[in-house]
Amino acid sequence: MSFLLPCPNCGPRDVNEFAYQGEVTKRPTQSPTLRELSSYLYFRENVAGVQREWWYHRLGCQAWFQAERDTRTNEVLATELTEPVSAEGAPGPEATPALGENPTL
Amino acid sequence: MRLGPRPGERIDRSDEVTFTFRGKPVKAFGGDTIGSALFASGQRIFSRSFKYHRPRGLLCCSGHCPNCMMTVDGEPNVRVCVEPVREGARVKPQNVRWWLNWDLMAVTDKIGGPFTPVGFYYRTMIRPRRAWPLFERFLRSAAGLGRVDKHAGRKRRFDTENRHVDVLVIGGGRSGVEAARQAQIRGEDVVLVDEGPEPVERLGFPVLWPARAIGIYEGNLVPVEAGSTLVRFRAKHIVVATGALEQPLLFPGNDLVGVMLPGGARRMIELWSLRPGRRAVVLAGDDRALALAGELEAAGTEVVRVVDLRREQLREIEAWGRYGRLESVSLDGETIACDLLLASGARQPAYSLLAQAGARVEYDAKRGIFVPADLPDGIEAVGAVTGRVGRVAVTPATFNGASRTDKCFACICEDVTDKDMKRAIAEGFDSLELAKRYTTVTMGPCQGKLCHLPSIRLYARETETDEATIGTTTARPPWAPVSLGLLAGRPHEPAKRTSMHDRHKDLGARMMWTGAWRRPHSYGDPEAEAKVVHDSLGLIDVSTLGKLLVRGPDAAAFLERLYPNRFADLKVDRIRYGVLGTDGGRVMDDGTIARLDEELFYVTTTSTGANTVIEWFDWWNAVWGFGVETTNVTGALAAVNLAGPNSRELLGRLTDLDVSNEALKYLDAKRAQVAGVPCLVLRIGFVGELGYELHFPSPHAEYLWDTLLGEGADLGIRPFGLEAQRILRLEKQHILVGQDTDSESNPLEAGMPWLVKWEKDDFVGKWALEHVRERGPREQLVGFELAEGLGSVPAEGGQIVVDGKPGGRVTSARWSPQLGRPIGLAWVPSRLAHEGAEITIKMNGGFEQGRVRLKPFFDPDGGQLRS
Repeated sequence: MSFLLPCPNCGPRDVNEFAYQGEVTKRPTQSPTLRELSSYLYFRENVAGVQREWWYHRLGCQAWFQAERDTRTNEVLATELTEPVSAEGAPGPEATPALGENPTL
Repeated sequence: MRLGPRPGERIDRSDEVTFTFRGKPVKAFGGDTIGSALFASGQRIFSRSFKYHRPRGLLCCSGHCPNCMMTVDGEPNVRVCVEPVREGARVKPQNVRWWLNWDLMAVTDKIGGPFTPVGFYYRTMIRPRRAWPLFERFLRSAAGLGRVDKHAGRKRRFDTENRHVDVLVIGGGRSGVEAARQAQIRGEDVVLVDEGPEPVERLGFPVLWPARAIGIYEGNLVPVEAGSTLVRFRAKHIVVATGALEQPLLFPGNDLVGVMLPGGARRMIELWSLRPGRRAVVLAGDDRALALAGELEAAGTEVVRVVDLRREQLREIEAWGRYGRLESVSLDGETIACDLLLASGARQPAYSLLAQAGARVEYDAKRGIFVPADLPDGIEAVGAVTGRVGRVAVTPATFNGASRTDKCFACICEDVTDKDMKRAIAEGFDSLELAKRYTTVTMGPCQGKLCHLPSIRLYARETETDEATIGTTTARPPWAPVSLGLLAGRPHEPAKRTSMHDRHKDLGARMMWTGAWRRPHSYGDPEAEAKVVHDSLGLIDVSTLGKLLVRGPDAAAFLERLYPNRFADLKVDRIRYGVLGTDGGRVMDDGTIARLDEELFYVTTTSTGANTVIEWFDWWNAVWGFGVETTNVTGALAAVNLAGPNSRELLGRLTDLDVSNEALKYLDAKRAQVAGVPCLVLRIGFVGELGYELHFPSPHAEYLWDTLLGEGADLGIRPFGLEAQRILRLEKQHILVGQDTDSESNPLEAGMPWLVKWEKDDFVGKWALEHVRERGPREQLVGFELAEGLGSVPAEGGQIVVDGKPGGRVTSARWSPQLGRPIGLAWVPSRLAHEGAEITIKMNGGFEQGRVRLKPFFDPDGGQLRS
């Protein structure tokens, strides 16, 4: 892998500057069954196509952001920082990732 | 051998350079390469071949072929034909068991022929089975090229450089130079790289020379080897102008010393004013090679025969020699005495970089060459690499006569003959990709530059198909051999030092690594240091702790969601221990959390976990959308732990803060001036005695360290190191994450079920821990002690034996001077995880009985800590 990844803060940078945290997943909000839990912890969609994923600019601005990347070509269609859900109060446990659901789910 | 001064020659005859070859001095001129100087000194055999140890001489003079590889100043496999001379360089031949003209291993060529076909050792040396190790030992010592000097150490420094350009031109021939000039006229930022050996015409744009592009990777990344620097180019646009490569002809004796590629002879004359031979025969596949005849005559070489392979069809060629050196050549039965045979077939476009980038490669049957097609975006090809090589000869696959007497090499790097290839086909390796792996043709140092087309052609003939059907093998980086040092870059061993580092050195501390940190193991006697902490007063540098500030209106709610225990109800100026877990319920780090005000928390992590924890915090912050602010102050703040019965007395002397047990309770956090230094005072007890952690701006570290040791002298203060701390914490059964836990450990089984607050709606790891609770514990982390007076300690990682089988493991063990016996922590099956249970530990080559202890060995009720 040697593609360029556009960091929302720093612009296009070598992918080796980043840490990859995998697909954006949906965390269970209630006690899940063992099967649901295993699926959340260990199973990924692994699409051949565009997926939404977490990246961390470890050797740069140290910000987490989400990217939409085509896993077949490594073309990065978009990247964006996630926004705090509310300024004053904490979100409830049912909160999903700020940018909505994984488009591949 | 050296000709008189010629216009355009690259050598500077006024600049004399001397290096040694096999210990003997060799004179050279500036501008010479080691290879050209050796040739001028009369050396003709430059190496011994890979398998048959046949003598080999200069062939391509461009750094492509393996024939001139030698060891220069301890570095193996240097292509001396392109390696510039340097004063005092020590040059040695390699792959030879005696010396170049008399190699003991050459016996494989004389008698080994019938017994050493391709893949022979997989077939013949496997029986009897038990003899294989013997065979293997011999084969391993005989195989490979060059020897790495294991004791040489690091002689060269390699560096990596990153460069961004608009246009990168690879290849400095006419087309490459023109492309670079055009880019420059357009106002683009252009760099041209060229591998040499011919110099590049300089027209104002930057040129990297000699420098070799290793490959084209994703995102138009082109790593370029430029001496000891790896330049990683990112180019918007890449122009490939790598030209074409002369292809050798396949005939018996085609590897004799004196058989050369025409381009090699031309470079000898033009660059270094060398006469390549006395009597030459030229077998020309194109106009360039044909034109060489005139140059040879001008250089004083008698050209006895010139064959234009495009017009004259030869059926049989065979070269003969003595002691590996060419003496005559026979063309269709006509024998001609000569010491130089210049032979080449087609000039094959050097398309490899284009193919790596994703271009298709197709066969042009009319011209008999492979040409690139369908170039990817951002990549352009110019010049000969596109297939513009003029009219070239389409030669037969081989020129073997029936009466052949010598080997005919398809691949000179790996000594693969035409017979080996035929045999591979006969054995069923009828795809070129398979045959490549079986025979290793195209897999040698030249990376197929000189054998790809001939082997495809041979394959097409033998399988009775055509070149287009056979196709090419996949082109992969590197395009040319690269030294591993270049890929590894500069050797780094980063070390983090605390701001008291020099004080530890001055005190004679034995330093050790903990992650990237350098920490004092001890200052002499760790057991005595541990005793001082129990008896009077100890001081340890704990600056390596990760330190984070978590701030914001949601900070408490955020920590509440991250940790299994409660933090929302933590009062200002109070401290709580926390274990950080993953959503899989696994323990990942631990530390203390102090609430400094309603919206500000001070979090400490393990010494090696600081970066992981802050990334973890920031990630969940982003996932949940909390607007919490985290700041890593690990380096900004230094920290010491003042521990022992006298610690209150010393702290009281240095601060206005009320340090009484009522005003500064166990697990209190207070901000105060200590010896004039603004400190955060945390009353914590990792080592079990009354103690205070002082966290303060690191520039004051040496001053505060000195002041504490000075003011505490009458209280018996002594610095203690990590080893003493490990003994002390074990006496309290305080775990070390990563030492006593691993990636499978959860807090329920690691002896901390009290930490998990099930009544919370959610926290990271809750869902997984619920399932662990449901299934019940399988194994548990417990303390254990051995019999009093037992001198030895079980190894960390040592086995716990249950019913004669491995049933658990020791994770920490030390001899406790306080208790006079070995103590430790171990994972045991749950049924043994009760107070007083007998466990069997494998140690000292035998077994010892231990006893499970669930409460801390020292101060089990924490009375000391709270008093």
